[in-house]
Amino acid sequence: MTTARAATIVLTKELRMEFRARELLSTTVVFALVVVVLFSFAFDPTAGESRRYGPGLLWIAFLFAGSLMLNPSFAREQSNQTLDALRLAPVSPFAILLGKMLANLIFLGVAEVILVPVFAVLYNISIAGIVGRLALVLGMGTLGIVITGTVFSAVAAHARMRELLLPLLLLPLLAPLLIAAVEATASLFAEQPALDRAWLAFLAGFDIVFLTASWLLADFLLEE
Amino acid sequence: MKGRSAITVVSAALIFFAGYAALFIAPDESTMHEIQRVFYFHLGSWMAMFIALSLAFVANVAWLVTRKPQWDWLGVASVEVGVVSCTAGLITGVLWGRPAWGIWWTWDARLTTAFILWILYISYLLLRGLIEEPQRRASLSAIFGIFAFLDAPLVYASNRLWRTQHPSPVILGGENSGLDPTMGKVLIVCIVAIMAVMILVLVDRYRLERLRHELDELRLAANVRGFGADSGSSSMLTKGLP
Repeated sequence: MTTARAATIVLTKELRMEFRARELLSTTVVFALVVVVLFSFAFDPTAGESRRYGPGLLWIAFLFAGSLMLNPSFAREQSNQTLDALRLAPVSPFAILLGKMLANLIFLGVAEVILVPVFAVLYNISIAGIVGRLALVLGMGTLGIVITGTVFSAVAAHARMRELLLPLLLLPLLAPLLIAAVEATASLFAEQPALDRAWLAFLAGFDIVFLTASWLLADFLLEE
Repeated sequence: MKGRSAITVVSAALIFFAGYAALFIAPDESTMHEIQRVFYFHLGSWMAMFIALSLAFVANVAWLVTRKPQWDWLGVASVEVGVVSCTAGLITGVLWGRPAWGIWWTWDARLTTAFILWILYISYLLLRGLIEEPQRRASLSAIFGIFAFLDAPLVYASNRLWRTQHPSPVILGGENSGLDPTMGKVLIVCIVAIMAVMILVLVDRYRLERLRHELDELRLAANVRGFGADSGSSSMLTKGLP
């Protein structure tokens, strides 16, 4: 079975599980919303201030939401030893990882699609003219979060205190992604929106480096 | 063991002499005067950190490829040495920054990179403490170590693009760079001394990890044979209690 086909099957399984339970997406969206609302108390959300702090708070909300949302990705395979069953399947470990990465990309992506308009309304930021470019930045940044996040979800699943451990491993590692994503978003929220291509290229570089690393290390990550 | 204690004494003497040389032998620096003397240990600490963390990366990759436990011991030993020298570098840097820049800390590329690295490798050590099974602990921490090492240049590049304030390298930094000859000699003494101490600690830490591994295997063997070290020691403990 090819990697793409196996990854699609894992992806379908993840989506089906989420469609039946509908717990991951709803909690993620509400959590990110709570972060966004709390920030409005931490500073005065006028238009000028929002342009300055908005991109940072948006990405902090996504980063926190992502680091919590990614935890069950592998942790819930532990309770009934379903990860062992997945490993027994004659597919490459990277296919399992890739399927889960794609599922997480969709979950976090959907959460962002719900959240960004709410954010724009609450913080008086007009996103009408920049939807396409903003989607590009969000997509690249989210990809970086889910690539590293899915890998460390598998790492943390075997450790004690895993709920606390995953953000601890993930957030410092995502520091360069946060800078690049915030700067790229800030260039779009400016009075004259102009996408900063250097930061977009940096995000692409981040994604490529860590996707390659996960591909090379997938065998060791999911070994018994 | 005699050789080991001789090396310990020599390293200790060397690091004390390095401290003396940095404080009293090195000439006064023309713009920053006494504060600049921290630089001899500052640069030495960063070099030690760079070497230790590179060694850790090599050990992490080698463990995944060869599965020889020696690489795992080297990995954890060099990360610990790296974290210690990173701490030394951060502290000496902060001490220098206050009088030289007027602020303790600034979010400059190099400073931020060092700080993120410090957090990442402390997380590495925390991660090791939270996984029970030795094989799995070695593999998963090696994977995290590789990711952390790959992250370092990205952290640096992103901060470089963003904002930077650290003085550019004085040595090999192009025209008008370079050190006074005495300063250069003191610097070399300091670097050699720090390296000697770090290697000493690294070797000791490696040995400790090997002994721990041997102890685990002995315990396991004793348990398998039925007169487990665990049950024996715990019953002795409970007898001792009222």
